[in-house]
Amino acid sequence: MTTQKTTTEPTTDEPTTGRRSTGRRSTGRSTKPMIGDRSALLLFLGYAVLVFFSFVYLYPFLVQLTTAFKTNTDAVANPLSLVADPFTTAAFRELAERDFPLWFTNSVVVTLLVTAGRVFLCSLAGYALARIKFRGRSAVFTAILAVMAVPGVILLIPKFLVLRYLGIYDTYPALVLPLLVDAAGVFIMKQFFESIPESIEEAARIDGAGTFRTFWSVVLPMARPALITITILSFQGSWNELPHFIVASQDSDLFTLTKGVATLTSGQLGSGSQYPITMAAALLMTIPVAIVFFVFQKYLVRGGTSGAVKG
Amino acid sequence: MSNAGSIRGGQTRAGWLFVLPTLVVLGLFLAVPVVMALWVSFTDWNGRGSPFASGVGFVGTDNYRELFGEQGGLTRADFMTSLRNNFYYVLLVVPLQTVFALFLALVLNQQMLKAVGFFRTAFYFPSVVSSVAISLVFLFLFSGGGVVNSMLETIGVDGPTWFNDSRGLLHVVGDGLGLWNAADPPSALAGGGLLGLTWWQWLSGPSVALSVIIMLVVWTTTGTFMLMFIAALQDLPVEVEEAARIDGAGRWGVFRNVTLPHLRPTMLLVTTLGLIGTWQVFDQVYVMTQGGPSKTTLTPAFLSYFYAFENQKWGVAAAMAFILFLIIFASATLQRWLFRDKDAIELKRQERRTKKARARAVAGGAA
Repeated sequence: MTTQKTTTEPTTDEPTTGRRSTGRRSTGRSTKPMIGDRSALLLFLGYAVLVFFSFVYLYPFLVQLTTAFKTNTDAVANPLSLVADPFTTAAFRELAERDFPLWFTNSVVVTLLVTAGRVFLCSLAGYALARIKFRGRSAVFTAILAVMAVPGVILLIPKFLVLRYLGIYDTYPALVLPLLVDAAGVFIMKQFFESIPESIEEAARIDGAGTFRTFWSVVLPMARPALITITILSFQGSWNELPHFIVASQDSDLFTLTKGVATLTSGQLGSGSQYPITMAAALLMTIPVAIVFFVFQKYLVRGGTSGAVKG
Repeated sequence: MSNAGSIRGGQTRAGWLFVLPTLVVLGLFLAVPVVMALWVSFTDWNGRGSPFASGVGFVGTDNYRELFGEQGGLTRADFMTSLRNNFYYVLLVVPLQTVFALFLALVLNQQMLKAVGFFRTAFYFPSVVSSVAISLVFLFLFSGGGVVNSMLETIGVDGPTWFNDSRGLLHVVGDGLGLWNAADPPSALAGGGLLGLTWWQWLSGPSVALSVIIMLVVWTTTGTFMLMFIAALQDLPVEVEEAARIDGAGRWGVFRNVTLPHLRPTMLLVTTLGLIGTWQVFDQVYVMTQGGPSKTTLTPAFLSYFYAFENQKWGVAAAMAFILFLIIFASATLQRWLFRDKDAIELKRQERRTKKARARAVAGGAA
C-alpha cells in the first residue's frame, strides 16, 4: 500500500501542485511554484525514508508472528521466510503444558492490582497536591519530585533488603505493594486537577459535601482522560516490569510473564534454541499490551510524552 | 476568622490523609530501603540474617576502595569493564536515538505527507512492548544463521556470530585500517593501564555483542523521543518558518536558525532522559547475554545485581549501585550545564525575582 504511494505520488500528483492555488497542498509550507520539482523530489525521499523505517520497525514483529507458527527446523532453515511451512501450533501447545499459563495468570493478577491501586492512590495524592491547601504541601511535593529523580535500577538491592526485613519476601504482596504508587502518576494527576476550574468544587462544598465526597463524586468523574492515561501507563508499566519481580521473589509459583519468559532463553526448560517457543511466548506477552495500545493510542501518546519513559 | 481557621485545620487533615498512602508506599519501598542499602555498602554482610544484626561487621569504605583500589583485583577489573562497556553504550545510544528521533519527527512533520498516523504508530509501537519480548525477538534475528545474517548473505557479506563475538569495534576498525594488529596489540597500549585495565582494553570500543544491544535499544526508544519532538514541532507556528523562507532563508537555514533553537528544551529533555535511561541498562543484558561474551556486555547495573544475588557480596554490590547513582547524577548535571541557555537563565532569574516580590507583597497584604 505504502510502496505504491511512493511510486505514484510524485509523478502524477506533484508537478501540478505548485501551480494550483487552492489545493490542499499549496496551503502547506514551501510550495512556491519555483521549487515544485524539488518538492516532488523531497516528497519522494520522504516516503522512501518512511517506508524504509516502517520495514525496519515492522519486520521484526512479522518475523515473531510467523516464526511462532513454524517448526524449529523450518525456523532455522528459512529465517527470512514470512510463511510458516508447515504451519503448526506446536509451540503454543508446548507453552500451555509448561508453566506459561501460571505466569500469565500471575501477570494478570499483579497488573490488575497495581493498576487499580495506582489509579486510586495517584489521583488521591494528585488532588491533594493540586487543590487542598494543607500545611506541608510544598514539602510533600518536593519529596515526591526527589523520589522521581532516583534511578530505578539503583533500587534492586534496597527493595530486596526491605522486603526481607518486612518478612514479605517471596509473597504476592511483595510483587504488588512496592509498585502501588508511581511518583510520575501523582505528577500527571496533579497537573490535570490544576486545569479543572475551581468553581465547580466550590459549588459542591457550599452544598455541604466533604472533601472526600467532593473529590469522589464531583472532581474524579471529570478527570476521565487523565485517569485513562494513568490506567494505561500503569498497565503497560507493570505488565512489562522485570527487575522488580526478579528481586522480589524466587519461588517459581510467583513467576510473572516477564520473569518466566526470561528463563526460556537460559534453557531452563530445555528450549534455549527452540525459536518457535520463544517467539510464541514473546507474541503472547505482546498481545495484551498491543490491544490496549491500539484502543487507547491517543491517551498513551499523551501520557508517554508527559510521564515516564522506558530506557 | 475562627471559622476560617477550622476550615484550614480540616483541610490540613484531609490533605495529609489524601497523600498518606502515597507517602507510606514511597517511604517504605524507596526512602527507607535506600538508607538500608547505604548502610549495607559499608558492611561485609553476606546475605544471611539481618544486615543490622550484631554479627555484621562495619568495614568503613572498604567496599568502595575495592572498586577503585589495588586490593580490588578481579572485582575492580569487573567493575571497570562494566563502566567501560556502559560508557561506549551511552556514547552511541544517546546520540543515535536523538538523531533518529529528530529525523523521523522532521519527516513526519511535513504537511505534504499522507498516512502520517500509520507511520507514527509503527515507529512508536516498540516503545510499549515488553523489553523481554523484544530481547527474545532480537536473539532470534541476530542468531548465527538468523534473519540478519541471512540478509547479509544475500549481499555477499559473511555476518559475525553476534552474541558470541567479543571483539571490540575499535579494535576491529583499527585492525582493518592497518593501525594495529588486533591479535598482537601494540605494547605501548597493552603494557600500561589504568584502574586494573590496560589502555588497550579501555580503547576496545563496544563489542560486537554489545552493539546488538545498542541497535535494539535505539530501535525501541527512538519512537518515544520522536513523539516528544513531534509535539514540540507542532508548537512552532508554520508562519514563523514561512516568514523565514520568504526572507530568503534556505531549507537548511530555516532548520538551523529557526527550528533547531525552538527544539532546544526538547533536546535537553530527550538527552537527559536518554542519559538517565542508558546508564541503567539491565533488562536486555539479563535476558540476552548475562554479561557475556568475555564480560563485554557487563553493565554496572547488571554487575551490581550479579554480585549481590549470585555472589552474595552485598556490600560491594550496594557500593556499585551508589557509584552508579553518582555517575548518573553527575552526567545529567554536566549535560544540563552544557545545554545551559544564558538568555533563558536570565529570564528565569527575572521571573523568580518578580514572583518573590509578588509573594512578599501578598504576604504583607495578608499580615
